[in-house]
Amino acid sequence: MKSVVRPLTTLSEVCLDADSIRIQHDNALGDKIVADIYASAETIAKRVVTKPPAVKTLDARIDDILTSRIFGYPIMLAILGVIFWFTIEGANVLSALLADALFGFQDVLTGWFTVVNAPEWLHGVLVLGLYRGLAWVISVMLPPMAIFFPFFTLLEDLGYLPRVAFNLDHVFKKCKACGKQILTMCMGFGCNAAGVVSCRIIDSPRERLIAILTNNFVPCNGRFPTLIAVATIFVAGTLTGEYSTFMIAAMITGLVLLGVLITFAVSWLLSHTLLKGEASSMVLELPPYRKPQFGAILYRSLIDRTLFVLKRAVVMAAPAGALTWILANLYIGDTSILVYFANFLQPFAQAIGLDGFILLAFILGLPANEIVVPILLMSYLSTGYMIEVDSLEELRAIFIDHGWTWLTALCTMLFCLLHWPCTTTLLSAYKESGSTKWTLLTFLLPTVAGIGVCFVVAQTVRLLGLV
Amino acid sequence: MIQSADTRALSTLNAGESCWVAAIELNGLLRRRILDMGMVPGTAVECVRRSPAGDPIAFKVRDSIIALRHDDASNIKVHIANKF
Repeated sequence: MKSVVRPLTTLSEVCLDADSIRIQHDNALGDKIVADIYASAETIAKRVVTKPPAVKTLDARIDDILTSRIFGYPIMLAILGVIFWFTIEGANVLSALLADALFGFQDVLTGWFTVVNAPEWLHGVLVLGLYRGLAWVISVMLPPMAIFFPFFTLLEDLGYLPRVAFNLDHVFKKCKACGKQILTMCMGFGCNAAGVVSCRIIDSPRERLIAILTNNFVPCNGRFPTLIAVATIFVAGTLTGEYSTFMIAAMITGLVLLGVLITFAVSWLLSHTLLKGEASSMVLELPPYRKPQFGAILYRSLIDRTLFVLKRAVVMAAPAGALTWILANLYIGDTSILVYFANFLQPFAQAIGLDGFILLAFILGLPANEIVVPILLMSYLSTGYMIEVDSLEELRAIFIDHGWTWLTALCTMLFCLLHWPCTTTLLSAYKESGSTKWTLLTFLLPTVAGIGVCFVVAQTVRLLGLV
Repeated sequence: MIQSADTRALSTLNAGESCWVAAIELNGLLRRRILDMGMVPGTAVECVRRSPAGDPIAFKVRDSIIALRHDDASNIKVHIANKF
């Protein structure tokens, strides 16, 4: 007998309690009722529904391939790689066009400021800070999103994602987690905050928490463009022509796979430490494939998602751009506040393969990951070099001027993949878990992982004298 | 319909085999889920495919396809349907 009567909080608890009573009294009435309802439904259906003769449907044939022992995993990987390839290839062209237009307009703006004899600081805050921050966000961030989102929505619409869960469930089972976690990770590709909210599809509270805590290991759309930009700069220096897009796509795919591997590792670790427990049951529906509705896909991906994410980025980037410019141009003694902060972070940042400015950009990017690269550029550009930047090649020159090596690029990408979630994601994690402790862990897990991985990589490379 | 007298676990079915549900020896939320999807004693179930690693297993129940983990499926007892 339980001495204390506790209120039941979850549906599964209620069911468990009801079950124990049912078993005690050997009562099969509920089963009989359900069976009866289905029996009468069946009788009605038989009268009114005519079924075509059973043949192997197209769906079954597609499933045979997509979930086959041999092709199942390679196809998943190939789909991911191809989407990245298209995204990178398309984004290059679009980014260049947008940058041309937006930075061209910056000169026009500067012209107007000169005409009305506006003070230098006003031009600095509004044009070099606010406008340029915005221009960076739009030209670097918008194209990858606008291409990636429709592709991903297409996969969602086709009904492919449940098949991915079907293929991968056994790995999650080994980590004592739920196969549906991969669906929440797919949502995380779009936005980690949305990914965290989507963890509601997981029934077991323990497995749901694991999914929430690890969602940030999947790079969201705010971090993708950063990865793509850095990878592009990094690869463009060593390879040219046909293979470079392929290489970049391969690198991004590799990084995403690393994120997935770390998700498995951390899920396993949590299942064996803080969130101890056994894998619970899973019921996964594999719905029939649907013909995609292209209009709806474009609307959902471009209006609902891209514009939504972009709006958030712009709202954050405008003040962040202005703030960065002010920090870079307010001097204490002969050092600007920005440089002061960056110098302060430098020793630690150096140890994990970054530099003070990069780490500062990640810290200032806490409200939205989209603004990390713009902030970084602003801080580099405002410290001395006043070059006009309107292409990725010039970006490369700026980074190299500031002492970037391939190790810096690699560590920046790793740190971008593995660092604290943005505030929106943290807020969602707080709402979903209802506890400060788990929210704090949502922050700490990826941060510790990122610092650890970057430290090991940076130190190993330096020790081996590869840089 | 001719049924064999003894029952097997649903998880022992190979892809393409059909069966009738005999008993659902599950508890809690999962039991409700299974019943709600129309998998009640007497329902025809076909094993459609196994995932690349062999677990989970997909079953066709009343024209929809549902994947269950091996452990859960082993608690559902079935009669094997005779070949048509």
